[in-house]
Amino acid sequence: MNQPLVSCAPTATIRQRGQHEVFCGLTSIIWLHRKVQDAFFLVVGSRTCAHLIQSAAGVMIFSEPRFATAIMEERDLAGMVDMHDELDREVARLLERRPDIRMLVLVGSCPSEVIKFDLNRAAERLDKRFGSRPRVLCYSGSGIETTFTQGEDNFLAALVRDQAVHGASEKVAKLVVAGSVADVVEDQFARLLDEMGLEDVVFLPGRSSERLPKIGPETRFILAQPYLGATAAALESLGARRINALFPLGEEGTTAWLKAIADTFGVAPARFAAITEAPRRRALEATAHYRSALAGKRIFLFPDSQMEPSLARYLSRELDAEIIEVGSPYLHREHVAGELAMLPPGVSISEGQDVEIQIDRCRAAKPDLVVCGMGLANPFEAEGIVTKWSIEFAFTPIQGYEQAGDLAELFARPLTRKAMIAGDRSGNRRAAS
Amino acid sequence: MKLTMWTYEGPPHVGAMRIAASMKGVHYVLHAPQGDTYADLLFTMIERRPSRPPVTYTTFQARDLAGSTADVFKNACRDAVERFQPDALLVGASCTAELLQDDPAGLAKTLDVAIPVVPLELPSYQKKENWGAAETFYRLVRTFTGGRERPADIAPNSCNILGPSALGFRNRDDVTEISRLLAANGIDVRVVAPLGATVEDLARLPEAAFNIVLYPEIGDSAARYLKKTFGMPIVSTIPIGVGATRAFLAEVRALAGLPNDELVGEAEDRATWYARSVDSNYLTNKRVFVFGDATHAIAAARIASRELGFKVCGLGTYMREFAREVREAAEEFGIEALISDDHLDVEQAIIDARPELVLGTQMERHIAKRLRVPCAVISSPVHVQDFPARYSPQMGFEGANVIFDSWVHPLMMGLEEHLLQMFRDDFEFNDGATASHLHETHAAVPAPAAPVEVAAPAAAAVVEGPVGWTAEAETELKKIPFFVRGKARRNTELFAAGKGIQPITVETLYDAKAHFAR
Repeated sequence: MNQPLVSCAPTATIRQRGQHEVFCGLTSIIWLHRKVQDAFFLVVGSRTCAHLIQSAAGVMIFSEPRFATAIMEERDLAGMVDMHDELDREVARLLERRPDIRMLVLVGSCPSEVIKFDLNRAAERLDKRFGSRPRVLCYSGSGIETTFTQGEDNFLAALVRDQAVHGASEKVAKLVVAGSVADVVEDQFARLLDEMGLEDVVFLPGRSSERLPKIGPETRFILAQPYLGATAAALESLGARRINALFPLGEEGTTAWLKAIADTFGVAPARFAAITEAPRRRALEATAHYRSALAGKRIFLFPDSQMEPSLARYLSRELDAEIIEVGSPYLHREHVAGELAMLPPGVSISEGQDVEIQIDRCRAAKPDLVVCGMGLANPFEAEGIVTKWSIEFAFTPIQGYEQAGDLAELFARPLTRKAMIAGDRSGNRRAAS
Repeated sequence: MKLTMWTYEGPPHVGAMRIAASMKGVHYVLHAPQGDTYADLLFTMIERRPSRPPVTYTTFQARDLAGSTADVFKNACRDAVERFQPDALLVGASCTAELLQDDPAGLAKTLDVAIPVVPLELPSYQKKENWGAAETFYRLVRTFTGGRERPADIAPNSCNILGPSALGFRNRDDVTEISRLLAANGIDVRVVAPLGATVEDLARLPEAAFNIVLYPEIGDSAARYLKKTFGMPIVSTIPIGVGATRAFLAEVRALAGLPNDELVGEAEDRATWYARSVDSNYLTNKRVFVFGDATHAIAAARIASRELGFKVCGLGTYMREFAREVREAAEEFGIEALISDDHLDVEQAIIDARPELVLGTQMERHIAKRLRVPCAVISSPVHVQDFPARYSPQMGFEGANVIFDSWVHPLMMGLEEHLLQMFRDDFEFNDGATASHLHETHAAVPAPAAPVEVAAPAAAAVVEGPVGWTAEAETELKKIPFFVRGKARRNTELFAAGKGIQPITVETLYDAKAHFAR
């Protein structure tokens, strides 16, 4: 368990440019449209954008999803029609169909950004036109600007900046907890913070499109997710100050995260210990079930969501796994400094990707488990390499004490499965074609 | 701009990818922004391929736009050729790269790679996935048959199969089934393409006597080119359904110069007897709405009508390129074809047609679920459950067997249908419950409105002016089984409006019933 802390910060980061096998920020709509229930996400883009969201969310049961794409056509590009007029018409059609929408979010894409379509202006104009009913916001989810979870970052930053336009609610926020987490996780955190006696805690995003409480110099904020660089900057520009902490994954991460809040607000150590004692014990107990499956296992993490440094820290310190490489699409040095400092020496850190070269590195390392995206998972499995597909970390309740065991189980499951399903795993089977 | 919540087809470069992924030794370098690699999941997850599709993406980002994205593209080409050593390289742009105008075709010419490079011009803002696949396949065929001579002595029974591809609906098993059937009937299949073919195989295409196009959406343009250039006849009957399979075999055998007195393989046809057997009686004139790609939709409508005795009450396709063929087919059933790629139009057409069964795509599955109408999938776009592990062709005699089972399965079974008409108030078995051979997917709700009565506001415009119902008539209407109740309501309202009857009484309901008969 608790190895001495040796910072791996001096290790040179591998920086590579080449093919990136990652999602663009549009993918964030898949969970954001469920989190904020009276918002509608309208992508201004191409058929590719529509196809992406549909493929990624294809198994959803939908009668009427709360997202759509305004697909640009040749007429729009040839300048035969005014794209702003076109967008206005489609938005009017949409609102006619869905009068229940309280917040309309225009989402920029690669094509809309390459042709320099001014989405900010469009959002302002539509907001005026509908008298802020619904409120109209915009953010970029394009692949050229954002990777996967960075879409959420841009959305939350837009929500914060919206205070300047649409004002705030009566309340003043003392603590902002930023980052989308599962409802059950949010409720658990809310209970713990309440027990510490904290008032005026705001979760960002909230479950509806209501205006945020006022954020100002008296506001402290803490990140529940590691991918929120733009959101942090937007909060700081309003005067809010960040509470520095590990991210709340595993018993250790959750305790450190809560402790940072407790210390900031002057919660007595005895009180903190009393509040967290039982859930800490439960988290350790639940995690222990899976340690034998993961102890000593060599794990390689491909870049996906920026959660990788935190996941690696958890794997290494609470499950005794050996980390070979931690890939992240982007490293926010300041936000993940604590996580990186807890990784044992010798762990490779990589930022960005050249997927072919990274696959070569991965094969050469012969890992026991590879954490990677769905474009790589089955091909690795067919080679006999066990994988855990990474998108699940964005779609599963994994933060906090009560989910520590669930998080361990996510990693243990493919290894357990390999042991259960006997037979030839050499990948020597007929291809789909 | 066009508001789209669901798209029946992906962009054309996804079609190009399907061709590259179908073939061996073909690599595709796609100029595309970061994130467009999502398309890999179509192959690795939906089709469950055990290998990555042979596609290299440039995945440029915003910071690259300031520099030379053209250099990024050229380097990606060189690296791909060096790493994968393909026999041919496809180069093209995705929708965003199309806006940059880096001209992949021109750039690829300056690469000096030692293999053929086939540039693709796929207009992303006009065309879609199937067109992209057809165009890519045509370009490849043109490139690799170019300058070839047609041999002087060609065996008359030799043919190629064109059209099957990766991510095609049941293509894997269709090819197996049809190849087997052709071999049994004395036909020699030389090349199957693009699925499983190499560029060397493409070069051998002119060496066969004729071409069989199983999937016109993808194989048509290549087949037409081969006909024009080498005079190769095309077999265009699609062997989906028993009748179509017989016609197909007859056509092929005639082309091959073989006698047509016996067709091999008919012994495997169980669908014909199943449809004739008495428990299929109740299928007669069940109203069915058909939608999909043109090939599968037309084939399905004919099977439904001629082989299963359903009544086709709607037929349509999302492929404008094949609108003419679908319109002609719709005339056979005395209906007007629906040509639209807007799922809201399709939903409205289904509501208006009030079918008892929907045969469609993944999207119609969603729509039918919402309207609580039974549904079976007959065409792309499909999801992971329609790439099954078991042998599941749609074509040939075994395909017809598969179709019989999968289309009849969602319908309520005959005896239960009878009992529902006899006894309406059973606490377990009633209108609100799912057919009892299908497990309940949601908590039973107290007798909800019949599926087709969940009509959008626009559907009310069917009748001129609102026609009221007396309470007794409404109650009487509820005694009609739910799967035909919507039709009965509509017919009664039409009848009443035509006769100027207001309000509708129990009498009117039965007058209308006598007037229309089922």
